[in-house]
Amino acid sequence: MLEQHLVALPIILPLIAAPIALLFGRTILTWAFATLISAGACFAAFSLLIAALSEGVLSYAVGGWPPPWGIELRVDAANAFVLFAVTALSTLVLLYSKASASHEIDPDKQALFYTAHLLCLAGLSGILVTGDAFNLFVFLEISSLATYTLVSLASDKRCLTAAFRYLIMGTIGATFILIGVGLLYMKTGTLNMLDLSARIAALEASRTVNTGLAFIMVGVSIKLALFPLHMWLPGAYTYAPSAVSAFLASTATKVAVYVMIRFIFTIFGAEHVFAEMGMDFILMVLAVVAIFKCSYVACVQSNVKTVLAHSSLAQIGYMVLGISLVSVTGLMAGLIHIFNHALMKGALFMAVGAVFYRLGSVNIEAFRGLGKRMPLTMAAFTIAGLSIIGVPLTVGFVSKWYLITGALEQNNWLIAGLVLAGSLLAVVYIGRVLEAAYFKEFPASHDSKDVKEVPLSMLIPMWVLVIANIYFGIDTSFTTEAATSAAQWLFQNNQVLELTP
Amino acid sequence: MNSLMLVPPFLPLMLGALAAILLRGWLRNAIMLVTPFIGALNLMGFEHGLFWTYEFMGYALEPVRIDKLSLMFGYLFHLASFIAIVYALHIKDTVQHVAGLAYAASAVGAVFAGDLLTLFVFWELLALTSVFLVWARRTNRAYSSGFRYLIIQVLSGVMLLAGLLIFAQVTGSLRFDDIGLEHGGIAQIGAWLIFFAFGIKCAFPFVHNWLTDAYPEATPTGTIFLASFTTKVAVYAFARGFAGEEILVWIGVTMACFPIFFAVIENDLRRVLAYSLINQIGFMIVGIGIGTAIALNGAVAHAFNDVIFKGLLMMTMGAVLHMTGKINGSELGGLYKSMPKTTILCMVGAASISAFPLFSGFVSKSMIMSAAVAEGYDVVWLLLLFAAAGVFHHAGIKIPYFAFFAHDSGIRTTEPPTNMLIAMTIAAVLCVIFGTFPQQTVYALLPWDANYEPYDITHVLTQLQLLFFSALAFVWLNLRNMYPPELPSTNLDADWFYRKLAPAFLKRFACAVYGVYTKFEESVIALIKRAVQNSYDAEAGQPKGYFAKLWPTETMVVWVAVLLAGYLIIYFF
Repeated sequence: MLEQHLVALPIILPLIAAPIALLFGRTILTWAFATLISAGACFAAFSLLIAALSEGVLSYAVGGWPPPWGIELRVDAANAFVLFAVTALSTLVLLYSKASASHEIDPDKQALFYTAHLLCLAGLSGILVTGDAFNLFVFLEISSLATYTLVSLASDKRCLTAAFRYLIMGTIGATFILIGVGLLYMKTGTLNMLDLSARIAALEASRTVNTGLAFIMVGVSIKLALFPLHMWLPGAYTYAPSAVSAFLASTATKVAVYVMIRFIFTIFGAEHVFAEMGMDFILMVLAVVAIFKCSYVACVQSNVKTVLAHSSLAQIGYMVLGISLVSVTGLMAGLIHIFNHALMKGALFMAVGAVFYRLGSVNIEAFRGLGKRMPLTMAAFTIAGLSIIGVPLTVGFVSKWYLITGALEQNNWLIAGLVLAGSLLAVVYIGRVLEAAYFKEFPASHDSKDVKEVPLSMLIPMWVLVIANIYFGIDTSFTTEAATSAAQWLFQNNQVLELTP
Repeated sequence: MNSLMLVPPFLPLMLGALAAILLRGWLRNAIMLVTPFIGALNLMGFEHGLFWTYEFMGYALEPVRIDKLSLMFGYLFHLASFIAIVYALHIKDTVQHVAGLAYAASAVGAVFAGDLLTLFVFWELLALTSVFLVWARRTNRAYSSGFRYLIIQVLSGVMLLAGLLIFAQVTGSLRFDDIGLEHGGIAQIGAWLIFFAFGIKCAFPFVHNWLTDAYPEATPTGTIFLASFTTKVAVYAFARGFAGEEILVWIGVTMACFPIFFAVIENDLRRVLAYSLINQIGFMIVGIGIGTAIALNGAVAHAFNDVIFKGLLMMTMGAVLHMTGKINGSELGGLYKSMPKTTILCMVGAASISAFPLFSGFVSKSMIMSAAVAEGYDVVWLLLLFAAAGVFHHAGIKIPYFAFFAHDSGIRTTEPPTNMLIAMTIAAVLCVIFGTFPQQTVYALLPWDANYEPYDITHVLTQLQLLFFSALAFVWLNLRNMYPPELPSTNLDADWFYRKLAPAFLKRFACAVYGVYTKFEESVIALIKRAVQNSYDAEAGQPKGYFAKLWPTETMVVWVAVLLAGYLIIYFF
């Protein structure tokens, strides 16, 4: 019974739990409940991943209506992989929130925080699992609305402006996706993804479909914050509560990357999008500009959360770059980086949140001398930072390795070189923080008694991620197997010949 | 020894470094002294072969490969780290102890790496651990110099990574064996990238500045570690990967010759030694480039000896710096009265580097020179002869002369701490032993089967080979014999050289070449600085201008429109 409905669990669990979480009254109970639900969703996602890797596709007809008439939930290796990463991160962030959120969010709003978090998780899971294009939009709106709420919960009033800007841009993005889906529906009369894909392939080069593609690509690009549609992101990540930044940075934009992959590879077909429309070149240029522009901007910021936000933008550039290579290895590099980036950025934002917890500031000045005061937190920041740079024995290296391998397969020297050069910029922006932490003296003006290690409930999730950073950097069999089969699955389904220039 | 007891060769030193983080006082000293011995004993237990191989992302990794070449460098690094540790015992600086041991461990790990990826990991670790030895001086100059050093070293690592990626792509294997420069297609570029990566670490001309920049800025004790490992790992890598590439002969000759001019005009005596380090590496690179068994043996034997005698010279200069706080030749002099033991030890080092018979430099340098003659590199042989003379001039005479003799600077001090004296004495004794009994020591470790190997072949042949060496020595001595009568004049020349000729000609020439180089460097730096200044307010510590602004919502929406319009137009056509 349960196994049969396993596919629906990651959505249904948090969706039902969200309103219930409001009723508990005591924050500690709400927290425990939310964490438990998230852990349950994570367990379901893990079982799905195992099942998808062994059996291929799991399909579930919502309400018993068979596709393409009813809504279909469809799990394959690609979305099960991302789903596992999202639910696992959500659980760790909730564990971390106990101390962090109670410190940063008004007591009367904390139940709201957990509710919004669960809603966001439900929305993200829904986006990943659904096999229906319109349904995807609905879940996108659920997660986005929850996200705007989450961002606006911080005690710093600037978060309200940031959330508002995010709201406007996010709504435009969602509307564009809706318009695009509408255009497709007009032309094909269906909303089921597989059905859509079959019918679009039959229509040859229709202007309506192409306009739909343009709207969807722009809408998704806003959601995943691809350069030049990225400027809502730094504000939102900087002023949101630390736990929210950690959650959003490691999941929300990654899910949007997945949406892009889904639209390109499953619905429109890679051959159509890349070979006929030339999107691969456009995406490649935007991705490379994103990597360099955003990494450089990250180098000159003084707020460390802003640094990490810009670094996220650059990392999204790497993922899109992987997609734009149009090969199994490139796509696999993009997918594996979704997972790996969640590990490293989650750990980094958690470490920064720990600094905020003790010092009330995340300015780079606040990091001075913390190497001795908060050794475990700064060690976590250091290792996760090395992972962002791409040092061997961390997951960052694995991502870069496959990205470069993908570029070299096509003899694309320039891209391989640019990826390596981009890593050097990461050395600078991570190095600035490390320099402050380890080579500057702790300012005498601070009251040194208050500045010590954060509670274990913050350290443990942080270090789980850090250890995962190292573990998956050494034992790559799980991540590469999942990502490779996902990438192969996406390509096979559409019978695309690999393009080589 | 029980093979179950063996651990990867780099591990004992790395564990020693970890122990040094936690322990203090005599316990730390004891542990640090013991670790090189444990490491060396561990090495003795290994048979030749591959150990701990495992699969990583579809490639077979061979983290530990034991053969004669890697063993020779392995023993050498343990010996060098022991001497350097003894020399550093008196300091209480945890950073230096930990960084020194971890650095030695990385060097050991690198020479036993059987695949390129493992090599890369240790290659980067070498850079990351060693830079702390520079920073540990805790001066502003050392700090910025350390940063330049780190950037160049990391660049070398990135090139190695790029090269190995290409190789893995083309050949499907990461094995680190003979690479060579003759390949077709992409592999050619990969080979050259690896070549340049090794070259940077080896201080090839035009990429040598990190060495002369950073080594003299390091702490007196840190320089001993630095001088022993990084460049020797690179020499090992060349011997393994590019033996017999003719281009190396000419690069090596350049390296052997050009530093002489700079060493002559340099005042900082440790920087003089840094230049002479490049010069000595030049000899090794020539040997590797010639590529015959005897030349390769000569190259690695010279690397072996160079670590000891260059270490000795660096240690004596470090002792001078430690005791007087000064290191410029113009400020020193007359120290032989207050530091007689150090003076004698310095002279032993000077004799070794100048390849005096019975001292260690002689037995290895002569192998390279004779190989050059045997292979018909007459010009190379002449240039090496010139370089050898130059070494004698700047390292053999200039260093001891300016530090311990020359005019009396009036500095009165005492001998350095006992542990420093012990370390220097060990090195000096080794120099003499290696030079006097090479067959029993250095030659016994040589990796290639040359036609004169003294132990493995029959006794008769050994005798013949001894004769062969005596003949070589005779030729060498003959050449040397032309020198002693000129020695005093050379000495006098030295004064004239520094005070008259250098300003008049050499300096101008060197400045012109160097000027062009620095101007280029400056303009690039200025370009980067300007870009940074436009976006970063250094005083307020925050971004400014375009990069500080959050775009207003309208701007973001305009971009959305632009992108949508762009897509539509592209799709329309």
